[in-house]
Amino acid sequence: MARGDEAGEIETPMPETTLATAAETVTLVIDGQSVTVPKGTLLIEAARQAGIEIPSYCYYPNLSLQGACRMCLVSIAKMPKLQTACTTIVSEGMTVHTQTPEVANARKAMLEFELTNHPLDCPVCDKGGECELQDAVFRYGAAETRFMEAKLHHEEKRFSNLVYYDWPRCILCYRCIRICDEGMDVNALGIAFRGARSEIIPNREDHLECEECGMCIDICPVGALTSGTYRYKARPWELSYTGTICNHCGDGCKTTLGVRNNEIIRANNRDHSGINGEFLCVKGRFGWDFVNSRQRLTVPLVRRNGHQEQSTWQEALSLTHKTLRAIGEKYGADSIAVIGSNRTTNEENYLLQRLARTLLGTNNIDHHRTADYSSLVSALTEARATDRYATMDDLSAAASVLLIGNDPTHQHPLAAYQIRQAVRLRGARLYVVNSAEIKLAVRQASVFVKVRAGGEADLVGSLADQRPVPPGLVLNGADKLGALAERLAKESDTIIVFGDELRGAAIGDLVRWGLTLPGRPRFMALGDYANSRGAADMGLLPGTLPGYRAVADPEARARYEAVWGAPVPAGEGRHIRAILDAAQSGEIKALVVFGSNPVKTFQLPEGALSRLAFLVVSELFPTETTACADVVLPAASFAEKSGTVTNTSGQLQWMRRPARGFDVPDSALGPVPTRAEPILNTMRRTGTRSDLEILLALAREFGARWPYRSAEDVLREIIASVPGYAVALPPLLMGRAVATQAEGTPPPLERPDLVFTSRDSLFTSGTVSRFSWALNSVEESKQPHGHIF
Amino acid sequence: MLSEALKAKFDQVIARYPVKRSAIVPLLLFGQDEIGYISDELVEEIARRVEVRPIEVIEDISYYSMLHRQPIGKYNLQVCTNISCLLRGGEEILEHCRRRLGIDPKGTTPDGLFSLEEVECLGACCGAPAMQVNYEFYENLTPEKVDRLIEELRIRTANGHPR
Amino acid sequence: MGDYESYMKGSPLEVKVITKRFGLANSTSIDVYLETDGYQALAKAFEMGPAAVISEVKNSGLRGRGGAGFNTGMKWSFVPKDTSKPKYIVCNADESEPGTCKDRPLMESDPHQLIEGIIIAGFAIGARQGYIYIRGEYRYLLDILDRAIAEAYGRGYLGRNILNSGFDFELATHTGAGAYECGEETALLNSLEGLRGYPRVKPPFPAVVGLYGCPTIVNNVETLCNVPAILRMGAEAYARLGTPKNGGTRLFCLSGHIRRPGVYELPMGFNLKRMIEEVGGGVPGGKALKAVIPGGSSCPVLAASEVDVAMDFESVARIGSMLGSGGVIIMDEDTCMVKALLRIEKFYAHESCGWCIPCREGTAWLKNLLQRFHDGGGTEQDPDTALDVSFNILGKTLCPLGDAAALPGISFIQKFRHEFEEHLKLGACPFERRAVAVT
Ligand SMILES: Cc1cc2nc3c(=O)[nH]c(=O)nc-3n(C[C@H](O)[C@H](O)[C@H](O)COP(=O)(O)O)c2cc1C
Ligand code: SF4
Ligand code: FES
Repeated sequence: MARGDEAGEIETPMPETTLATAAETVTLVIDGQSVTVPKGTLLIEAARQAGIEIPSYCYYPNLSLQGACRMCLVSIAKMPKLQTACTTIVSEGMTVHTQTPEVANARKAMLEFELTNHPLDCPVCDKGGECELQDAVFRYGAAETRFMEAKLHHEEKRFSNLVYYDWPRCILCYRCIRICDEGMDVNALGIAFRGARSEIIPNREDHLECEECGMCIDICPVGALTSGTYRYKARPWELSYTGTICNHCGDGCKTTLGVRNNEIIRANNRDHSGINGEFLCVKGRFGWDFVNSRQRLTVPLVRRNGHQEQSTWQEALSLTHKTLRAIGEKYGADSIAVIGSNRTTNEENYLLQRLARTLLGTNNIDHHRTADYSSLVSALTEARATDRYATMDDLSAAASVLLIGNDPTHQHPLAAYQIRQAVRLRGARLYVVNSAEIKLAVRQASVFVKVRAGGEADLVGSLADQRPVPPGLVLNGADKLGALAERLAKESDTIIVFGDELRGAAIGDLVRWGLTLPGRPRFMALGDYANSRGAADMGLLPGTLPGYRAVADPEARARYEAVWGAPVPAGEGRHIRAILDAAQSGEIKALVVFGSNPVKTFQLPEGALSRLAFLVVSELFPTETTACADVVLPAASFAEKSGTVTNTSGQLQWMRRPARGFDVPDSALGPVPTRAEPILNTMRRTGTRSDLEILLALAREFGARWPYRSAEDVLREIIASVPGYAVALPPLLMGRAVATQAEGTPPPLERPDLVFTSRDSLFTSGTVSRFSWALNSVEESKQPHGHIF
Repeated sequence: MLSEALKAKFDQVIARYPVKRSAIVPLLLFGQDEIGYISDELVEEIARRVEVRPIEVIEDISYYSMLHRQPIGKYNLQVCTNISCLLRGGEEILEHCRRRLGIDPKGTTPDGLFSLEEVECLGACCGAPAMQVNYEFYENLTPEKVDRLIEELRIRTANGHPR
Repeated sequence: MGDYESYMKGSPLEVKVITKRFGLANSTSIDVYLETDGYQALAKAFEMGPAAVISEVKNSGLRGRGGAGFNTGMKWSFVPKDTSKPKYIVCNADESEPGTCKDRPLMESDPHQLIEGIIIAGFAIGARQGYIYIRGEYRYLLDILDRAIAEAYGRGYLGRNILNSGFDFELATHTGAGAYECGEETALLNSLEGLRGYPRVKPPFPAVVGLYGCPTIVNNVETLCNVPAILRMGAEAYARLGTPKNGGTRLFCLSGHIRRPGVYELPMGFNLKRMIEEVGGGVPGGKALKAVIPGGSSCPVLAASEVDVAMDFESVARIGSMLGSGGVIIMDEDTCMVKALLRIEKFYAHESCGWCIPCREGTAWLKNLLQRFHDGGGTEQDPDTALDVSFNILGKTLCPLGDAAALPGISFIQKFRHEFEEHLKLGACPFERRAVAVT
């Protein structure tokens, strides 16, 4: 297995399928059935396309070929011996038999060999019921063994708190090693010894030091690699599975939650569907456990005599309404402000800004912006190029990628994975501009331009205006920028990805210059958290209505006034820094916070919010911000609600509320809240309500008659009225990612410091990660980020 | 610490290849020759010099039967018992060594002088039964020859002879 | 260094082509080599040009001495000519097949012959770099070869513009560290790249995608040693030494129960029975011959009744065995065939790289089964199980090591089944009491 170190020098046999141009085809006959496939297709894939199953262990699509497990032996006419279908490239007229007695015997023989040292501990094995070895023995025989010798045994090893290795169960298919090397570029697994004693070893000899993504566990066909959070917890058939969207970073991976008895037991992308295919990072695979945390808020709190005391929903909501209303009446609507979340759903965000604008009467609404989506939308709209948003799927299919700023390996694991896939499987070229020697630059880039800290925008400016590069801007050779420009001029359809280093006018420069590149260049802004993009798209911005319509634009206001049947204030509101300043100066009297922790994020000084007359916070956990609140509303997590989220590349996805797994009677879960969505048999944390439910209840308190009963109802309105979101509902509800096409001319960025990433690492995810055992249990999370190479 | 001579040898060997990692196995063997076994330090040093992660060196070590990570005796008696030697008494030679040194294969005498190993074909089939002591071949062995050799090695050591 | 004498007892029946310098004083020195036609073939190769060298070697009928017996010139001709990649020539000096010890004296006594062969091969395929991959146990040979290589550089046979031909060629030694599997050419290449010695999926073959992904020819030591002689004496004369399809001579290593064990250079097609009796002096102690493995431990065993056979690739194949690497292992009537097989399977289990299932698990299974069987714990099904396990390995592994383990299993059990039954009946090894006397 060649390592990537000498990339380009050592050739690893790769499945040709991915490299072949589909133009030419080959026709062959498998089991009497004529099959036509693209030239270069592997026999095993050709058979699969024809619906003929050839068993395999070591073969795994898109990973290098091993020819190791010999399960895929088939008979090919004119060949003296059986051949491995996983390494045979189809040829015209090839005649293949997969069902002869000889082939059946070979399969049985291989299984018998696999089972010689394999323990038959299926009843207690985590993989029981979904084990590829178990399945194959069931299908192809060899259940009776003639093996009479003593089985070799080694004790199970803990590679890390999240990854365990049980040697006797390992069939040495090398999938784990390859996914770690080739897929993750982490290279944390190896092999020691040889022959029947061969074993998988972690890179630190007695433990792993890696990204802890758990891809190795997922890809293991048997129960050799098991998950520290799942092992010995459940039988797979006891769980009920629901595909939803991970709530951590902005990439929007699909993840399947396995739930039993109203508790999440594990997460993985079981069916490899969705934009991430088989990929999940440590947060997606293990970081959901905050949902189960005992520290969750489950009872509304109301401050009485200086102390937060337990209360009821009715009291908390009515108090909130009354206080807000009183403050609005006394000090005017401008004395109230709203801070939204970049994790809550589009529907919740949409309702939150509707509440702010129509019930509180203010445009003082904002959120922690982690990317300047507004400026990208403006620039593309101005250039009439709103068809040039790149999606995560585009990224993996790209021929060339220009990455400016950010460190996707740590902040956008899926984007990084897609880029690596493009480079590895399609020979795509990656160009990197960054002030740090990020891993993608060192390991994958064709050209890396290292700029001084904060120099990305200057560099883009130079490119756009063909200005000479300021001295001292490029740190790794004056000619680097020339080389970059020259190479890019020869590329086609380059995807340009950028982080928070580019904001405001710099994004305008980038788009202006980028669009002059050959082909159909496309753009992607990288922002943190599951719904940062949706927060901007849904108008959690002081000057922007949903769909990037300026509040200053009377036409835009009129349009939403018609939909909402209420006036929308005309003046631009305060942005988040202004809101927080005004809260400290006393100008803002009441603050409404949903799913956000501004005290921490904006590093407010102690007591900064003490001049507020009223602070209401909807949250999952006690935070620095809830500590200051007068009312705390215990919110449902992503795993307890449905709704859509928009990933950083603008792909809209349906977050589906998981089934509860086993029928726990509703009565056991406490009082049922407003039926804002069907709750029967779905996950719910006793005492909590989704933000959607909270917003609907609050609106009712205000006497508003909002016409929604569920997230779906809100989504229908979004589809009908928010520009860029006119998508078809069925594919979305079926679990597909649907690209949105934001367009509009929102007001320019008020201040550059409004946009900043939270610099979360692989193991952190804002406040919630503090409540994840899994993310805090791994050694790597305690080290400075960026050490994993 | 590696000797200057070894460091020079390392440089010279690495320079033979267009890809540095090619030198891993030779460096491991030459390093082991000097140190007596493959220490953690040696692993790190080689990984650094050939620009790979230590795990890649570690993966190699356990693949090759001559490389070991623990110190062994000054003289490693490696007795071949493979087919040609078996036919001419290789097992008896091994048994003789075992009794004579009082150790089992893979063992080391308490004085650290001798280790014993049963090895696969040494490429001395026409001189069977054969063994190697460190890198030296001894062929057409008889128990008496083995005795004489062990004696000689003891004397060599007593005289301060290097390995 | 070995007990040299015992290898080179010599026989009047020998035809000394590549062993002709054996026994000369200072045979390793370049001066002695030059005095005895050394480096003349190289000069001739430069005159002929690469294409002519390849066709000359092809016509000589030289077949690989590493085991598989592929026509060497033909193999060289598979190297792509229109590539911009560097090309490599790698000499396989991993010699580890039990019963084989011929490459060792070739390198020990006549290193320059090998070096000259490598340079010519490099010239023929357009390589500019060669490596000699030597098994770690042959550590002392590194010194001999390194010295010879330095001499060759000193005299301008290596390096830039060799003999003013415009041809540049570099050569270096490389050492393994104990792994039989690294003799398999693709595993050898991985090992040479600093990786674990796992074989590679073929195709592509090394001639197209080899060392560092570049076209590479891997040839055995003995194969390459023949090349200078072929160019010197001409393809026809060389071919005539052997049989029509098996050109030249071959080194046979007689070991086991034979009066004069040793390495002998004999014409291809030399009769095995004569080899044992006339060259090796027959079985010692007046004992009867029981069996012979004709080409190293991986070849099917021949019963005494089968040894009247010409030692060329086709004739040996015709009786169901292989010429292999030239290791002729002779077993007398007192040999326990269960034990012999056990020892062989122990070897393959130890040396299986572990990459592919049938070899990894199958060899270990065979070893354990045979051990138990030989120790007296056998069952009636064991011989059939072992046979079946062998057949289940055969032809199903990634590299031929699996076959190497399966073929002895099959042939020993099929041909000497009665010995297995005797073990069963006795509940012990019938030969153990008749201790083997060593002559
Ligand atoms: C398991 C295995 C071990 C081998 N060991 C050796 C060896 O030690 N020396 C050798 O020359 N060839 C060995 N071979 C054969 C080589 O793969 C290859 O065929 C040979 O080096 C080609 O050289 P030739 O054409 O000159 O024979 C081995 C093959 C296998 C399958
Ligand atoms: S047959 Fe398979 S396990 Fe055996 S040495 Fe070859 S590849 Fe390795
Ligand atoms: S799937 Fe073909 S050998 Fe494993």
